[in-house]
Amino acid sequence: MDPDRQTELNALRPDLLRFARLQLRDASAAEDAVQETLLAALQGSHRFENRSSYKTWLISILRHKIIDIIRSQNREITASSLADDEDGDDGLTETLFERGGHWQRDAAPARWADPDASFEQRQFWAVFEACLDHLPAKTARVFMMREFLGFDTDEICKETGISTSNCWVVLHRARMGLRTCLETKWFVGAGSPGC
Amino acid sequence: MLSCREATELMSQEQDRPLTLRERVGLRLHVLICAACTNYRQQMSVLRAACRRFGSGGTP
Repeated sequence: MDPDRQTELNALRPDLLRFARLQLRDASAAEDAVQETLLAALQGSHRFENRSSYKTWLISILRHKIIDIIRSQNREITASSLADDEDGDDGLTETLFERGGHWQRDAAPARWADPDASFEQRQFWAVFEACLDHLPAKTARVFMMREFLGFDTDEICKETGISTSNCWVVLHRARMGLRTCLETKWFVGAGSPGC
Repeated sequence: MLSCREATELMSQEQDRPLTLRERVGLRLHVLICAACTNYRQQMSVLRAACRRFGSGGTP
């Protein structure tokens, strides 16, 4: 094996493992997905100019491995455990909205300044991962199926056994949780605009 | 008139399905007069962009 390639793989392995763990919430399943990805990568004969395109390629293999694992897992777990998250709202909406459905005074969303600049900072992505990790497991799974693995809501319903409207509720809750976390932990900003 | 809470539901759903005409008009009216929800909508698109980037391994 090309020693440079081996060095690259070793350097990227932690990134791959974190990516898989976030989505699978299961250390050994994540380990399996990464092992299989590395195996597939070593068997491939692609050449890469730089590490970032190599990482992109590895992540795309890993995404497929994760999808396979999720599909096999979903047959076993699914709807019942998703329902457990149902109450796992952490009372977030009560914290954010008044009874009439308007934003609480100190909860009104701020404008996020220059997100593209944030995207270039490693620290932003550490916060992003922490916020994802903070979501309830099943909520996070549905969200990541949608946003990282490219499922549409019909496919998510089919895979997880939840209804379409339930799927929208779960996705909404995930987005609300994530943006609230990112706003507090990263984009802490210029006061609340009110409504 | 939509409440902010209802508006945020629609702003999530517009990422997953085409909104109906009535929903689109209701949402447009709401964000016109609500700075907080206008910001929320910006955050939804930042979130989507961040996920695209993260999910494709394009993070630094």
